[in-house]
Amino acid sequence: MKTSTATFSIRRGNADGGKFEDYTTEISEGMVVLDAVHRIQATQANDLACRWNCKAGKCGSCSAEINGVPRLMCMTRLNSLPLDKPVTIEPMKTFPLVKDLVTDVSWNFRVKKKIKPFKPRPPDAPDGTWRMAQEDIDRVQEFRKCIECFLCQDVCHVLREHHKHEEFIGPRFLVYAAALEMHPLDTEDRLEDLKKADGIGYCNITKCCTKVCPEDITITDNAIIPLKERVVDRYYDPVKRLLRRFRSKP
Amino acid sequence: MPDYETHEHDVLIIGAGGAGLRAAIEASAAGVRVGMICKSLLGKAHTVMAEGGIAAALANVDDRDNWKVHFSDTMRGGQYVNNWRMAELHAKEAPDRVRELEKWGAVFDRTPDGRILQRNFGGHRYPRLAHVGDRTGLELIRTLQDHGVHQGIDVYMEHTVVTLLKDGERVSGALAYERERGRFKVFKAKAVVLATGGLGRAFKITSNSWEGTGDGVGLGYDAGAELIDMEFVQFHPTGMVWPPSVVGILVTEGVRGEGGILTNKEGKRFMFDSIPDNYKSQTADNAAEGWRYCQGDKNARRPPELLTRDHVARCIVREIKEGRGSPHGGVFLDIAWIKEHIKDSAEHIQRKLPSMYHQFKQLADIDITKEPMEVGPTTHYAMGGIRVDPDSQMSNVPGLFAAGECAAGINGANRLGGNSLSDIIVFGKRAGEYAAKFAKENGAGQASEGQIEAAVSRALEPFERGAGKGGAEGPYQVQSDLQEMMQDLVGIVRNGEEMERALEGLGKLWERADKCAVHGHREYNPGWHTAIDLRNLLTCSEAITRSAIVRKESRGAHFREDCENKEAAFANVNTVVSKASDGTMQVRLEPIPAMPDHLKQIIEEMK
Repeated sequence: MKTSTATFSIRRGNADGGKFEDYTTEISEGMVVLDAVHRIQATQANDLACRWNCKAGKCGSCSAEINGVPRLMCMTRLNSLPLDKPVTIEPMKTFPLVKDLVTDVSWNFRVKKKIKPFKPRPPDAPDGTWRMAQEDIDRVQEFRKCIECFLCQDVCHVLREHHKHEEFIGPRFLVYAAALEMHPLDTEDRLEDLKKADGIGYCNITKCCTKVCPEDITITDNAIIPLKERVVDRYYDPVKRLLRRFRSKP
Repeated sequence: MPDYETHEHDVLIIGAGGAGLRAAIEASAAGVRVGMICKSLLGKAHTVMAEGGIAAALANVDDRDNWKVHFSDTMRGGQYVNNWRMAELHAKEAPDRVRELEKWGAVFDRTPDGRILQRNFGGHRYPRLAHVGDRTGLELIRTLQDHGVHQGIDVYMEHTVVTLLKDGERVSGALAYERERGRFKVFKAKAVVLATGGLGRAFKITSNSWEGTGDGVGLGYDAGAELIDMEFVQFHPTGMVWPPSVVGILVTEGVRGEGGILTNKEGKRFMFDSIPDNYKSQTADNAAEGWRYCQGDKNARRPPELLTRDHVARCIVREIKEGRGSPHGGVFLDIAWIKEHIKDSAEHIQRKLPSMYHQFKQLADIDITKEPMEVGPTTHYAMGGIRVDPDSQMSNVPGLFAAGECAAGINGANRLGGNSLSDIIVFGKRAGEYAAKFAKENGAGQASEGQIEAAVSRALEPFERGAGKGGAEGPYQVQSDLQEMMQDLVGIVRNGEEMERALEGLGKLWERADKCAVHGHREYNPGWHTAIDLRNLLTCSEAITRSAIVRKESRGAHFREDCENKEAAFANVNTVVSKASDGTMQVRLEPIPAMPDHLKQIIEEMK
């Protein structure tokens, strides 16, 4: 088997400070970035912190910025990167740094908890089950492929550059809200929240999130834009606005 | 006195995969205060890796299916050393647990009339696996997680439990550390549920993530819980074999359920030549019939690729050993061939097996709609684990419960694919229910300062050794040598002499583990985590090896070349591992309680 070496420039340190350190390690055919990080961890830096679990692109734990691009380390093949210069590996920038490649993503869990949960209609059949056509759930299943790697949150400029974490839930949770809103059984109404607390208006459809999604979810076109349309239909449709005005006067 | 925070709960759940989440939801619904500790972030547990589906006799696709068929399939797959009561409860309750997931928002693939679709899987007589493409585990964990976070459960992410705390005989809590800062926390609890999953990391080639270090088995054993069936480790027949960095990653049995075939380098479907006698009546003997089965023909028998995992894995090993393997030391798994039967086969495969398509395309540059995959066996699942009461899931330690992969009994000598996702929701629920009941009926126990102090200082020992002079070795080397040894000496094909060597090796590895050192500080330090996990891996490895030595026969996943046949003497016994008062590990054989007549009758009828 062909072996050679490559150099990885990894951001070490915590929120108080840190720097890039170079590690040169042996590489072999088929390796991904996470393999290189593991090899460095096992042989040169036992205390190098990184998250990972499945190593197969299914759990969304090993998100990082590789040569400046938000990606899963386990799904980034070394042969897709230029190895004549050091490969830089950095933690996601949108979230507070814990240590090395590990960031504090707890904000995401708090945001999710605020979104109104699934509320199904009464069962369709006497045995307590429902009927749904496959074509009516295809879209929802696309959204439910999400592995919560939070790369879309990382790349979203509303969060990354403008730090609107308190006013905007980010692409991941717009996809989550869309999966609930478009679920054929769901009866909950989340449009007011989307407009106000969730800040859907902040998204200006630059589609950066769609580009980095490792699950190829069409975040902007299939989730965010239809949700925006629903919000617009309810709150900004001139006819409905007029009707609402009449209705509100007894 | 060591510095730590204290948290109090009625029920403490250790592990947040499907079993832990389901237990937490149930305990919380019973009105007790629930804490749940997860080693990773919530929703990342190994359950996400389950691909093929959840086995439940819903009879949506084939109305001949019912719990009795599922029960007898499970017992046959387990070679009848299963806990029959667990197999019965599992088969009866799985359909309700699956329907409940739908109520909580899961979106399963549908039948043409809008019900939950079910697919074929190895060892299941009828199409029985509710699924979502090939990412069923993700759907299950996300559904439980999104439902669970609204049930008032306190979740402690990225915490590792170092030891269970006891008050006399009963359990009274756990000592854990928080990975982010390395701080210790004492969790006081009236009942504890272990739901820590598997132990695949004891072997070199495994489908398990870093978390699969057998923590529940190790913690439970140290607290006095008995283990059973530890010799039965499932080697999944189809893991990736190339490129080297992905060796062991799972290739779902769903590929074969959708019509995928196994061939050797001569292009021969070798499984047709190796159908065991007790499956002959249910297995197709020609390609045409096998294909018809995969297409839903109720009169066709299933193809031999869908025989049980233990058997298929051994046939693959045989092909490789006898020189008929693929270039990278596996065999071929071909789903692309279905283009002979299906017009838009590429699109069909991508729809049915999206994550397999993705996985091979990205990690191996292989388009599975056009060319065959190369696959070989990978350590996948532990049938053995903590011995539990079948109804309540309580171990022999009062207040200590276990559910899911770290508990044992339902699977016997071999687990059928799809039975683990149903296992975790059926017995996760039961564990949560009975743990809550125990907590209500029993007051809080005490955890002595001495116990806590001793555990804290033991956990910190690797740092002291790291600070000292001299080049003490790190934990990674010990772990990797253990994995190498277990793979070589206690793997798919075993013999007594090699396993005795493994036992000696384990003695030395224990010594090295006791001397290994870590550097740096306690904040998010993977070296330290590995040093702590290592002890659990060693406990599991020793229990596997000792049990496998005692079972002098071949049965299910346990195959010995020095005794290749099933022996009547072992047909009705379980191996039981326990910790003697002097701290040594003891193994004994114990007879399986006689099966009641109504269950015997079902097995007779389904033969």
